[in-house]
Parts: sequence; structure tokens; C-alpha cells
Amino acid sequence: MKDMADPDLDVPLAELIVCPHCDAAYNLQVPDIGDKAICQRCKAVLIAPLHKAGLKIIALSLATFVLIIGAAFFPFLNIDAAGNRNSASVIDAALAFSSGPLLLLALATAGLILFVPLIRVVLTLYVLVPIVLDLPPARHAMRAFRLSEALRPWSMAEIFALGCAVALVKVADLATVGFGPAFWMFGGLVVLIVAQDSFLCRWSVWNSLEHPKKS
Amino acid sequence: MGKQICGRCGHKMVSRDFGSLQRVWAFWVVGLMCYVPANLYPMLKTKTLFQNDESTIVGGAVELAHHGAYGIAFIILLASVAIPLAKFWAIAFLAVSVKSHRAAANHSRQVMYEIVEYIGRWSMIDIFVVAILSSLVQLKTLATINPGPASIFFALSVIFTMLSAQAFDSRMIWDEPAKDGDPS
Repeated sequence: MKDMADPDLDVPLAELIVCPHCDAAYNLQVPDIGDKAICQRCKAVLIAPLHKAGLKIIALSLATFVLIIGAAFFPFLNIDAAGNRNSASVIDAALAFSSGPLLLLALATAGLILFVPLIRVVLTLYVLVPIVLDLPPARHAMRAFRLSEALRPWSMAEIFALGCAVALVKVADLATVGFGPAFWMFGGLVVLIVAQDSFLCRWSVWNSLEHPKKS
Repeated sequence: MGKQICGRCGHKMVSRDFGSLQRVWAFWVVGLMCYVPANLYPMLKTKTLFQNDESTIVGGAVELAHHGAYGIAFIILLASVAIPLAKFWAIAFLAVSVKSHRAAANHSRQVMYEIVEYIGRWSMIDIFVVAILSSLVQLKTLATINPGPASIFFALSVIFTMLSAQAFDSRMIWDEPAKDGDPS
């Protein structure tokens, strides 16, 4: 099964699906809503359509967008030690590295916890809104979706949320630490991002981008 | 085999990316090189009223253990030392295993690859904790925490390890006829 364009194969290419992880080829059979098509060889999920997944993802993306913007500016932790108070927002945390050569790290931190998740939300909305509304796909929607998928491992808002908890444990004996509003926003963000990821069936998105419904 | 363009998403297509292993090793070596100074230089510079403290990752954990916080010390050693080293080992093992033909079962290697890819990004948590602590603990004379030079090396090490794992083409695992009775 090394080469898909095998001339001996008399199945049309559109009816084949190849596992992106292990390259096993199958005859395409779209599972029912709620079921999953799983690669027999490496057990990767190939297709997992869900009822109204597009609409759910759009709703979650909008919520994520609002939370990221909010979480960026409100303080997420505040500290109080012997009358000295300080509170930090995500912007502050990213700018903590801003002296000298650590500036690069500041930019990377801000990018990973704010800008990459934001870009992914915008791209997701750009791709999915026309699909859900049964409109023809937006211009360059396929490239947008590919970019969004490529950015996925670099979107680290949920890791930052756990980082808050670890930092809290570390400072707890040094001073009184309290949660700011942004901490709870990040908490919500973790749930939203995990949910959004589990609703998204990549095959369905590609398929509807390639074969838009005629309305 | 020439490069073709995917008719759907416009990405370049190759049946097997034979440059893949070279990129894996290149990123792997850079990641490992960055991991050395990440452990030698201080990660956090803590200034309190009476003392000036610069601790490395391992040094900080040892200090915590002296104070009796064995649990936290263990977690730090696990997350910042054991897991990164395990990742280096796992990627190297996978890259070697597709070349030498006496490899472990395909499915367990696939699982291993997925674990490495999943865990990779979570190592950034150390960097975020440093960022959070140094923006939060700025209490003038009482106590201040600032990031040390190790933080940038640690971040680079994590990023290059992630790139190394991403460069690995997991389909190569399945190219050899399976020895464990997998249908292929």
C-alpha cells in the first residue's frame, strides 16, 4: 500500500481513505453520526462525525475568544506578603522576561499562550462559519484550516493554566496568594479547548470544504 | 520520487519523507545541546531580605528536599529532568528503530510516538511557572524573583524537542512487515 496512485488499483481515489499515521489504505465508508471509523492497524481515529459538531465548535470558539481576551488583561494571581501587594496578568507574565536577551522568550511566551490560541480561534471561525451556514467555503479556507491544524501543538493556553496552579503551590508558603478573575477564565478555557478538540472531526471538515453543499 | 502538491490543502506530498530522519536528528541534537546549559545555569534568581539565591533545576529540587518537601522535589525532578531525558531517549529509540530491523512491536512504537508528541508541549510548563513567579513576586525589598539564563535554554530545548518529534514520519514505523502478527 505504498503508493496510492497504483494503476492496478481499480477503486477511484475519491473512495479511498489513507490513515495519516500509518498509511494503511481503506475503502471509504462514512460512519453514522456518533460512530467512529478507526484504523485497524494503528487504532487512530479516522472519521468521527458528531451531530451539529460545526455549530458546537463555533459556539465554543466564540466563548474561547472572549475568555482569551479577558484572561489577557485581568490579573490571574495576586500576592500579599506583610503589606506588600502585587498582582499579575498574563501580559505581565509574558513581559517578565523582557530584560535583555530574554526578550525573545517574552515574545515566545506571549505568542504561545495568547496569540496562537487567538489565531486558531479566528481561523476556525473563518473556516467553519460558511460550512455551517451552507455557504460556499471562504477564500483560502483550506489553507486556513491547514494552518490552524499546524498551529495546534503550539497553542498552550491550557498548559499555562496548570502552570498557575504549580506557581501557586510554590509561593504559598512565602506569601498569601489569591486567585484573580483571569485564573478562573483560564480554568474555563482548558475545558473549552479540550471540548472543542473532541468535537472536531478533521475528515468531515476537509470533506465539506471539498464538496460544499449546493444551496 | 518528485514532490507533488496535495490537490486539497496545497501542502507538498511525499510518499516517504527520507529527509525526515535527518531533520529528527538535527533538531534532537540542538535540543540536547540546549538542555545542558538549561541545567547548569540558574533557572530562578530569588532575592529575599537576607539572602540572594540562584538555584538550578536540580539544585532547587535538592533544596526543597532538605526542607522536607520531598513530594514537590520529586515532582520537579520528574517533570524537569526525568521526562525531558525520557523524551530524548524515546525519540532516539524511534529514529534508530526504523533503521535497524530488530524493532519492537509496531503498535507499541506508535503508542510511544503519540505519547512523546503529546507530552512534548507540557514541558513548557516549567517556563510558564518561571514567567508567572517572576511577574508575581516583585515585592520590592521583601522578595523578588527573576528569571535566570537557564529559562531561555530550557524553552529552546523544549521547542527543538517538539520540532524533532514532529519531523518524525510515523508511517515509517509501519513500513517494515510486522513481526508481531499485525495485519499490514
